[in-house]
Amino acid sequence: MSDITKKSLTEIVNLIKKKEVKSEEVTLSFIKNIDKDKKLNSFITKCSDQALIRAKTFDKKPNLEKLIPGIPIAVKDLFCTQGVKTTAGSKMLENFTPNYESTITENLWNEGAFLLGKLNCDEYAMGSSNETSYYGNVINPVAENTVPGGSSGGSASALAADLTPTTIGTDTGGSIRQPASFTGTVGLKPTYGLCSRWGIVAFASSLDQAGPMTKTVQDSALMLEAMASFDVKDSTSINKKKENYSKKLTDNIKGLKIGIPKEYRVEGMPREIDQLWENGKKILKESGAEIVDISLPNTKYALPAYYIVAPAEASSNLARYDGVKYGFRSSNGNNLIEMYENTRSEGFGDEVKRRILIGTYVLSSGYYDAYYIKAQKVRQLIKNDFDKSFKNVDAILTPSTPSSAFKIGEKKNDPISMYLNDIFTVPVNLAGLPAISIPAGKDNNNYPLGLQFIGKALDEQKLLNIAYAVENKINFKQNLNKWWER
Amino acid sequence: MVGKVMNKAEGKYIINGEKGKWEVVIGLEVHAQVTSNSKLFSGSATKFGADPNTQVSLVDSAFPGMLPVINEYCVQQAIKTGLGLNAKINSYSVFDRKNYFYADLPQGYQISQYKNPIVGEGKITLDLQEGTKTIGIERLHLEQDAGKSIHDLNPSNTYVDLNRSGVALMEIVSKPDLRSPEEVNVYIKKLRSIMRYLGTCDGNMQEGSLRADVNISVRKEGEKKLGTRCEIKNVNSIKFMQMAIVYEAQRQVKLLESGKKIDQETRLFDTKKNETRSMRSKEDAHDYRYFPDPDLLPLNIDKNLIEKIKSNLPELPDQKKERFIKDYLLSNYEANIIVSEKEISDYFEEVVKTSDVKLAKNWIMGDLFASLNDKNISITQSKVTAKKMAQLIDSIASGVISGRTAKEVFEIVKETGEEPKKIIETQGLQQKSDPKELEKIIDKILEDNKDKVEQYKSGKNKLFGFFVGQVMKLSSGKANPQLVNEILKKKLK
Repeated sequence: MSDITKKSLTEIVNLIKKKEVKSEEVTLSFIKNIDKDKKLNSFITKCSDQALIRAKTFDKKPNLEKLIPGIPIAVKDLFCTQGVKTTAGSKMLENFTPNYESTITENLWNEGAFLLGKLNCDEYAMGSSNETSYYGNVINPVAENTVPGGSSGGSASALAADLTPTTIGTDTGGSIRQPASFTGTVGLKPTYGLCSRWGIVAFASSLDQAGPMTKTVQDSALMLEAMASFDVKDSTSINKKKENYSKKLTDNIKGLKIGIPKEYRVEGMPREIDQLWENGKKILKESGAEIVDISLPNTKYALPAYYIVAPAEASSNLARYDGVKYGFRSSNGNNLIEMYENTRSEGFGDEVKRRILIGTYVLSSGYYDAYYIKAQKVRQLIKNDFDKSFKNVDAILTPSTPSSAFKIGEKKNDPISMYLNDIFTVPVNLAGLPAISIPAGKDNNNYPLGLQFIGKALDEQKLLNIAYAVENKINFKQNLNKWWER
Repeated sequence: MVGKVMNKAEGKYIINGEKGKWEVVIGLEVHAQVTSNSKLFSGSATKFGADPNTQVSLVDSAFPGMLPVINEYCVQQAIKTGLGLNAKINSYSVFDRKNYFYADLPQGYQISQYKNPIVGEGKITLDLQEGTKTIGIERLHLEQDAGKSIHDLNPSNTYVDLNRSGVALMEIVSKPDLRSPEEVNVYIKKLRSIMRYLGTCDGNMQEGSLRADVNISVRKEGEKKLGTRCEIKNVNSIKFMQMAIVYEAQRQVKLLESGKKIDQETRLFDTKKNETRSMRSKEDAHDYRYFPDPDLLPLNIDKNLIEKIKSNLPELPDQKKERFIKDYLLSNYEANIIVSEKEISDYFEEVVKTSDVKLAKNWIMGDLFASLNDKNISITQSKVTAKKMAQLIDSIASGVISGRTAKEVFEIVKETGEEPKKIIETQGLQQKSDPKELEKIIDKILEDNKDKVEQYKSGKNKLFGFFVGQVMKLSSGKANPQLVNEILKKKLK
């Protein structure tokens, strides 16, 4: 059999279901790849031994009715996993092992999968290049000196390098879609509330949403089906019946209207991105969809609004990491206040500190109205823009990012330019909408580029269908030469 | 100490300073623990006195990724309390985060309600000696309690008990309508009574179920503008609240009269030294950085739910008082005392279901209350149950025992819980009410004391008491005194 790790999740699931391959064989193949990797640094914790035991147990009594039976999956280290260290990419949680399982991973295990390892990410999911992780930066398998994007950089890197058949990430401002775009993979951010946040280390509660990262759109549909559920433990979870996204998947998108927002044509955007966008439009037209010019006039305020709302929530969400109950505690300090100060100074990295400071500032009395309240108003306006557009169109097409993967260190000391990388993804989180990034081409360096489709709330099926149709026509080929094994 | 406190006839509490008369203005923020088996945002138990850290969930201890889920029962309890305070229930309210660091605050923020509380303006009517007074309620909101830091178990470490962490509290904020320590006393008792009637807070101050922050300012008598206030944090008994007010008001008067200013600040009451001390000034005040908790949706309360709770409200102290005055002809004073605690009013109603009202109220407010005070117990803990009290009263009313004997019987019931009927029977305490039997005794006494009979007849009226005494002695105190009087009078004519 050809290399199983190069296959899509759907293909592997079908082989297992047809009993043509055993879970143990699949698991061993991925473990072999993981062991051969010397450079990507995509894993924080490897669970090879446990995964093999799980695979063997599965093979003894395989339940083939499940959605993803016998599939080993490595997940972003932001999901709490029972009995397995969960670090959130931070020194603060270096030795933290939860005794509980996040709802999302629990759902995956209930559908027949098991844990292969925990994947590197930006510290507390704050970053766009995976350079803020306490466990070192992750490298993009696309080229040795490039970042995989962030914050789900370890997830994107491991997936693209065939170290896991599929993975999951979280997306607060683009943390699934931007790394997917940088690594030539498919990343879906579902509607806010579709996937439970329970058991995921929180960054910005009103924006955080977990989603699948996969090699194909079909895999994405399958994974979303396994992940999504109403969860009474998450008050913002949407009470909605389960959908069969993968069964209903179709590339027939005839008659659908796709909006092109003129505000997304930003200054200084590389010509290649523009061409990619044009190509997307062309393919949609060929598939029988109609292209409609639309306007999202408040888009230009999205990034500043995001960098007020997200840090504000983060500054409060991260207050619990104080050295009192669990996690890192500094041994310096003579009283409670000093213990706090030293623990948080030594336990958090620079980017996390920067955002806590911004968040604390914008919530301070005297600044609250000017920043936080105003940002919330902007957020509403952005939502209104989308609502208005969706009266006329079924989905919106934009590039996923304004550039391809950049070089390690290139933007590390320039936060603004780093933040600008999320300019196309952030408005979607502010509006709570679903969006998917698919690989759609390559730039001059042969680095992947992604296209983003934005859908109406809870309209994931249509979004997946459109992405599926375009994916079929684009026929993107990854062609990586596995330099990281040398 | 400056000036003297004067309680004028009209009940005004005034401080006579060296340079004039000062009025004290008080507002209370009462923290009342919601009666509920589980916490405000988690399923942990809320029992008092459990071993440290045995009633703590992952949510209460703020583990990564844990999320709060509102306890609907606590919401209903808050609505119920709001209705009991004649207050407006807000159909839309929001939970906010109040951010600050402390070792017993695991989340690093308290979930509370800031701009949009669940309950708006209401009022409480106080019965004061000089008449009734209405105290405005500003708002009631739901919030989490913090845990407990224990500093005195170890010289170099602080221990933290998170059993209280996340327990539901109602913060009930009064308007600055209170004017004296006595009004504060009556207000707290009334508020406590209303919540106990409703079953929304047990009001147990020893267990910390009811605590208050006391806001105090003073102003010259007749002045309309409010003075600068100080807030005394977390006072947990009415006595301490009153002591703190007395001290703090005089401190402020002294300052103002010496030309100084009051700093708006938070103070602590030191119960041992009986003084208030500065905790932090306005400049050092925490910036709590309130903002809506993104983990929780705004609370939308359905009108039907409010109506449903309203239609199931129990009878409240004010209504009960009116009914008792009307149905049982109690005086305003008596009714106030009897309805002050639901358990007392229940006891009273059970007794008067079968027995004489006048005897019931006298016995309850007299001997029973005295015995409760002696033993420092509540009415529900007394061995003299309502049923036994009714039996005792019935025995008096039907002439089986005298009031004096009844007191002896009461003493026995109080200690042993035996049935009064049984005690009367086994100890032969029934009154002698047979006229023939009494006549026999009286005849014997008159026969034995002929000289005194003569003296009486010649005008020494005082000797009547002597004859009564002799009868009682001979009958071991069981003779029906009324009958003895009647027969003696007849025979001595």
